[in-house]
Amino acid sequence: MDMKDSRIINAPQAKVWAALNDPAMLKQCIIGCDSLEATDEGTFVAAMSVKVGPVSAKFKGKLQLEDVQPPNSYKLKFEGQGGPAGFANGTANVSLTAESPTSTRLDYVANAMIGGKLAQIGSRLVDAAARKIADDFFSKFDALVGEAMPQSTEVTNASAAESPVATSKPVVPIWVWIVAAVVVAALLYKWCL
Amino acid sequence: MKTDGIGARVTRKEDHRFLTGNGQYTDDIILPRQTYASFVRSPHAHATINGIDSTAAAAMPGVVAIFTGKDIEESKIGGLPCGWGITSKDGTPAIEPPHPILCIGKARYVGDHVAVVIAETTEQARAAADVMDVDYGILPAVVSTGTAAASKTAVHDQAPNNVCYTWGHGDEAGVKAAFEKAHHISTLELINQRLAPNAMEPRAANAVYDRSSESYTLYVANQNPHVERLLMCAFVLGIPEHKMRVVAPDVGGGFGSKIFVYAEETVLVWASKRVGRPIKWTADRTEAFLSDAHGRDHVTKAQLAMDKDGKFLGFRVDTTAAMGAYLSTFSTAVPTILYGTLLAGQYTTPSIYVEVTAVFTNTAPVDAYRGAGRPEATYVVERMVEVAARDMKMDPAEIRRRNFIRTFPYATPVGLTYDVGDYDATLDGAIKMHDVAGFAARRAASEARGMKRGLGYSSYIEACGLAPSNVAGALGARAGLFESGEVRVHPTGKVEVFTGSHSHGQGHETTFAQVVADKLGIPIDDVTINHGDTSKVLFGMGTYGSRSLAVGGSAIVKAVDKVIAKGKKIAAHLLEASDTDIEFVNGEFIVKGTDKKVPFASVSLTAYVPHNYPLDKLEPGLNENAFYDPTNFTYPAGTHICEVEVDPQTGKVEICAFTAMDDFGNIINPMIVEGQVHGGLAQGLGQALLEDCIYDPESGQLLTASYMDYAMPRADDFPNFKVGNNVTACTHNPLGVKGCGEAGAIGSPPALINAITDAIGVKHIDMPATPERVWRAMQTAAHAAHA
Repeated sequence: MDMKDSRIINAPQAKVWAALNDPAMLKQCIIGCDSLEATDEGTFVAAMSVKVGPVSAKFKGKLQLEDVQPPNSYKLKFEGQGGPAGFANGTANVSLTAESPTSTRLDYVANAMIGGKLAQIGSRLVDAAARKIADDFFSKFDALVGEAMPQSTEVTNASAAESPVATSKPVVPIWVWIVAAVVVAALLYKWCL
Repeated sequence: MKTDGIGARVTRKEDHRFLTGNGQYTDDIILPRQTYASFVRSPHAHATINGIDSTAAAAMPGVVAIFTGKDIEESKIGGLPCGWGITSKDGTPAIEPPHPILCIGKARYVGDHVAVVIAETTEQARAAADVMDVDYGILPAVVSTGTAAASKTAVHDQAPNNVCYTWGHGDEAGVKAAFEKAHHISTLELINQRLAPNAMEPRAANAVYDRSSESYTLYVANQNPHVERLLMCAFVLGIPEHKMRVVAPDVGGGFGSKIFVYAEETVLVWASKRVGRPIKWTADRTEAFLSDAHGRDHVTKAQLAMDKDGKFLGFRVDTTAAMGAYLSTFSTAVPTILYGTLLAGQYTTPSIYVEVTAVFTNTAPVDAYRGAGRPEATYVVERMVEVAARDMKMDPAEIRRRNFIRTFPYATPVGLTYDVGDYDATLDGAIKMHDVAGFAARRAASEARGMKRGLGYSSYIEACGLAPSNVAGALGARAGLFESGEVRVHPTGKVEVFTGSHSHGQGHETTFAQVVADKLGIPIDDVTINHGDTSKVLFGMGTYGSRSLAVGGSAIVKAVDKVIAKGKKIAAHLLEASDTDIEFVNGEFIVKGTDKKVPFASVSLTAYVPHNYPLDKLEPGLNENAFYDPTNFTYPAGTHICEVEVDPQTGKVEICAFTAMDDFGNIINPMIVEGQVHGGLAQGLGQALLEDCIYDPESGQLLTASYMDYAMPRADDFPNFKVGNNVTACTHNPLGVKGCGEAGAIGSPPALINAITDAIGVKHIDMPATPERVWRAMQTAAHAAHA
């Protein structure tokens, strides 16, 4: 499946970049994010639970960043196992562009190969569900970044000391992971239907 | 005339139980101490199985047993057999790789059977199957039929270029010579897309081992229980045949997909002894899409040479046919024996050559599906003839007439001998019934509304009544193709018939009862047809290839004739006459030229209460059986005409009218025949308009695994079909019948595509003719016209 979209985030580009790397911020935007750990330079392991209606599924994913160009763009490779729900592999290209001093355009193109029950259940459901989950994520992200930027920055700074996602590392990874998680969550969501 | 005999529109005896929910299907059977199985299926199209950890699954509630390929390997169980040997044109046999009943080392398609979990309930079995931990090593997949032979990946090590066989048939040199002297050669490249069979009842099985008799019983949704038993016992599990009973109870549709011996039921039989309890499995719909043997999947190039008058001189067809990941039971025969031999169609083409390359791909196995080879042949021939007519600027009906076979018997250049037919009569009859004369006015009316209208013909032929055993054997069949019938007359004159044919929707309980009631002059309610149980029926080759009436019905007629012959001897004794003077008329044995007679029921009673009986010359009882092996195939044929209207704005096709004028030989029950034709047309038109079984070309994931994505035809996709018959009786079976089960699915696809290409003015469009595809074809044609 392919997913491509542009979003305007009502915050300056630097703040968007920072917020995308703020685990606390991201956790607020992704329902069901259980853990997110850096295992290596540019490599992350994530786990999330998705519950849709009566069905729960746990997803384990591995993310790898390539071509990181802070604060502008990167490429994300992801692969995830949803157990009996199937699996998803793919890439996402993400870029940020300053639209104005106070707004940033975020473009992403995600391409995922899905397998097992996820693939069998049908692309119409997956595509629609993926889009809805992406919309929900970015709406919440936009609202939080716009409203709570100063506080958010503090959180980022505070967490930097203890978080593996240190300021010395490219901040991009987490937000890339988000896109992947969104795709994955959408797939699971669809499967759950 | 009897109102329930041959030729009467008797309502189906079986429908009351079906329509009131009283059918007894495999899933309805629940045995004492029943357990349930769930199969762990590969999520990958091609992967090594590096390890399977079933610890967590084994600890799940209700789990009784778990088996993997390792258990199969250790038990030294054979693979599933292929029932038809094909020889490549270089003389080498087809490559037949092992087909283990649970994957050993590798999984080769999405849905391949990796392990089985057996538990107290279906839900528990599925929950445990979900936590089975299989370590896969993902390999590149071979998916597309057309490029499989060029792939760097091999599905099987035994076939490094993925070619199973390259089969050649016909006169290659003759075709080459014909092409050299041709006035014109028309060419066509087409794809006959893969279809999922979609029986209403998914596949199901329930197996039990009885320790006291040391024997197995398998209930299975199957079209040929004796063949299932023979193949499973002799070639896979090594069970003595007399220690196994196979019951195929009510079966809700097969369309070929329930002919084959599948891994699931074989695993169940094997495991039932290990577990010591009955094990049941019923496919859900997505499992059916994944694991039923699919149909069609050909990529073909055809060339037809003609003289200046449009007479066909030579025909060459090159086809690549997908076998899928393993050879299903009759997979090898479908694109060869059931395809290449039909490429003469209804025409006198003197030279024909066909070459078929069968390839392995990482997809579900492909095998017979309603028509099995003959729809693919008809599609090539009838699309080719349409293209030829346009190339030659001839009327498509006229080019057909110019090439029709008119003398019978007719030996085709591809190995068949048509016994009888009248192709002008079915074409002319279809033209009249369809009101082709009014088409120009209808087209003008459509155009006035901004719509495009087209009309397409298909003059099909099929070889049915499979088959003379010796012919089939010479062509590679590893089985006979006769049928058995037993007629058991009870003392009161009530009759039970036991047939090796199997009804899974065809209405045999009615049609066969009509034949027997007619022959014995008794009411149809006095006749019961038994089928589908190896412990009741002598033997049977089963139902496929429109063979039930022509072969199974003929066996029953032979047995009835024996009953009547014995009855005459009993009657002669009772009437104190010579048995040569006894005739049997309307259920009574009569001394010729006298009013001395005795009814059928008195003779049967005498046979079982032989007080006044020629015991010195005749055994008591009235029970006869017969085997019938046909001397030739039967050749149902006809012409279908389809008329469509296409919306140029959207590409949507509406089938405005469809006419089928068929020749099925004699007809026993016209209502049932019409039903078979309607169902066949819905399947054929469903293929042409809607259905497509799609694998992702890179990953080999099945993308059409539910009715969300696999478009099934619905009643409102079709007009009310006009169907008619022109009868030429089959010359070589006692009923003069040919078979009607597949004709609709065979004849209709090219009629629809011919109509669409006529409407929108393009040479070809591949099936299914979805609105998108039609719209794009129209845009391409428009651009080409402007260029």
